[in-house]
Amino acid sequence: MEFLIETILSGLMAGVMYSLVALGFVLIFKASGIFNFAQGVMCLFAALTFAGIMEKTGLPWPIAFVMTIGVMVFVAWAVERFVLRHLVNQEPIILFMVTIGLAYVLEGVGDILWGSDVKVLDIGLPSGASDYMLDNFNIYVEKLEVFAALIAAVLVGFLAIFFQKTRIGRALRAVADDHQAALSVGISLQTIWVIVWSVAGFVALVAGTLWGAKSGVQFSLSLIALKALPVLILGGFTSIPGAIVGGLIIGVGEKLAEIYVGPFVGGAIENWFAYMLALAFLLVRPQGLFGERIIERV
Amino acid sequence: MKLKHLTAGLAALAVAAPLAATTAQAYELTIPSLVYRTGPYAPGGIPFANGYADYFKLLEQRDGGINGATINFVECETAYNTQQGVECYENTKNQGESGALVYQPLSTGITYQLIPKASVDEIPMFTMGYGRTSAANGKVFPWIFNFPGTYWDAASGMVNYAAAIEGGEDQLKGKTIALVYHNSAYGKEPIRTLEELSSKHGFKLELLPVDHPGQEQKATWLQIRRMQPDWVLMWGWGVMNQVAVKEASSIRFPMDRFIGNWWAGSEHDVTPAGEGANGYLSATFHAPGADFPLHQEILEKVYDADMGAGDRDRVGEVLYNRGLVAAVWTVEAIRKAMEIKGSNEIVGKDVREGLEALNVTEERLGELGLPNFTYPVEISCAVHSDPGTVLIQQWDAAAGTWRVVASGIEPDRSVIMPLIEEDSAAYAAENNITPRDCN
Repeated sequence: MEFLIETILSGLMAGVMYSLVALGFVLIFKASGIFNFAQGVMCLFAALTFAGIMEKTGLPWPIAFVMTIGVMVFVAWAVERFVLRHLVNQEPIILFMVTIGLAYVLEGVGDILWGSDVKVLDIGLPSGASDYMLDNFNIYVEKLEVFAALIAAVLVGFLAIFFQKTRIGRALRAVADDHQAALSVGISLQTIWVIVWSVAGFVALVAGTLWGAKSGVQFSLSLIALKALPVLILGGFTSIPGAIVGGLIIGVGEKLAEIYVGPFVGGAIENWFAYMLALAFLLVRPQGLFGERIIERV
Repeated sequence: MKLKHLTAGLAALAVAAPLAATTAQAYELTIPSLVYRTGPYAPGGIPFANGYADYFKLLEQRDGGINGATINFVECETAYNTQQGVECYENTKNQGESGALVYQPLSTGITYQLIPKASVDEIPMFTMGYGRTSAANGKVFPWIFNFPGTYWDAASGMVNYAAAIEGGEDQLKGKTIALVYHNSAYGKEPIRTLEELSSKHGFKLELLPVDHPGQEQKATWLQIRRMQPDWVLMWGWGVMNQVAVKEASSIRFPMDRFIGNWWAGSEHDVTPAGEGANGYLSATFHAPGADFPLHQEILEKVYDADMGAGDRDRVGEVLYNRGLVAAVWTVEAIRKAMEIKGSNEIVGKDVREGLEALNVTEERLGELGLPNFTYPVEISCAVHSDPGTVLIQQWDAAAGTWRVVASGIEPDRSVIMPLIEEDSAAYAAENNITPRDCN
């Protein structure tokens, strides 16, 4: 029983880490209807910049963190100025293709600026097993993941308020529904896109930092996007709570599958099991658990 | 008359000068280097590529090349991608006067693709401690060399180290050894040997695959926490290593019972785990560090001249040294090829002859500036992997260095050789290859 609890807890914690990456996807999709293929690379780029600034300048981490936010805002501005501005009202597939190109550009720039070596992100984040849980309940819970859960909770709260209660948030939702209609009521598409890509860049920095603290900042960080995809499918591409709940379901589901089913089929099933789980949900709810149901009248 | 002589003399000079220049121009040896300085596996690829490049740069700087021939060192980026690796091979194989002399593909996936091509193109491949294990059988794989040890040597050496710590081979009976492996052809390589060793010694073998890239391994380490194995062996690469070391430390698994293979034991594999990685073990076949005359020479003649391939303070890292020793053995094979041919104008098939006659003794290693750095190797027509002897190194987190804690660990060749024979025979049958007679 202890082991089952431990597995579920670990799954929940891992799920939160996936959700953090998925949040960035949701933000951009929600506000611009673009599936941002570059979100994983944005996590990498942000973490690389953060670690790189500290390594090369020796600045304390809070200053480096703020500087990195500045870099991500600049990236958002550049994406809007040089890419998106020229593609208003284009087909979603074209915008999607653009983000594939963006992923390669960001990866290349990150490599040129900061190099390909593993960077240790030592900013005092908690690490290792929780002694309290291990000694008192013999349950293994990683402190970094508990911290990540708290960060995720704060982020979701902040984003929910931002989207629902603020003027900019409502404008973001209007842009997501229809670019042309939003323009016609005086919403500045350019400003909205810069804001939303900046917020997604900030979320990418948080996710990249937490994942980077776990494994060192390195180029494989960009592949964590693969972990976020089933979360998105399951939770829905437009729902922030969906990204969190989807992450938790995927996290727990894949851990239970790996541990209790894996040994009978040769193991290493958690990656594809996550996708299978997401596909099973798709059959029942094509828009995902919390996604918006799109009804088009003809 | 004088004018006539002068004109004739100038004309003769005009004809002779280019000829003389052609004769004086040294023969050029093309050394391709398939590297991955970009992509998710770059942290492992960069130091190896630097060590390999720096040795050839030293030869250029110090000796002007190899035995009077100049070096055309051609780096090609594979990004550890099999398709790109094959493209690199195709783009470089006919370069220069000699054509490519020998390939070091630096990837098991690329190696598997190039094995059939190498024999057709008559260019040897030196897959040092990786690639297809049964290529050690030179009768079936005349163009492939995987000395100084195979993955099966490593697996057996790691088990023998565990046995030595437990108090003898008989003490392994009833113990549990878990293998955490990259779920790929590379990661699966040791399974066959470990299964045989499990039957022989009576230990229980638990297999725990980790999917690429290995960023998330919680389920694997929860299983290890539950099964409490006596030893964990790891066949990992890239981020998988760093995450595994960190997870092992988090679940409080004793690090001195956790052994990575020789591709899971470099500085960047342990530094992200900080103090938690202290005591982690890994197999290797050469010493770590830069305290060798060759390293000092590289620092003086290459880095002081600002021609080093990487950062000065990273000379002597584990994977740098691996690239360096790969270059040293490659050059020794080239020298041997020149000696056999009696000329420095060699091509790929000559280097194959050189590799098959390679005999780098401890005395020769001393002359090269690498005393007590690695084991002597002696290659022959039939044996393309020798000696298979394993070192075990341990990470000292406080000092930030690896140190060798066990040496001279011999693999169990009574188990390995029949497996090599069996696997290479199957390959020969599949590909209609008649094994060479090496007697």
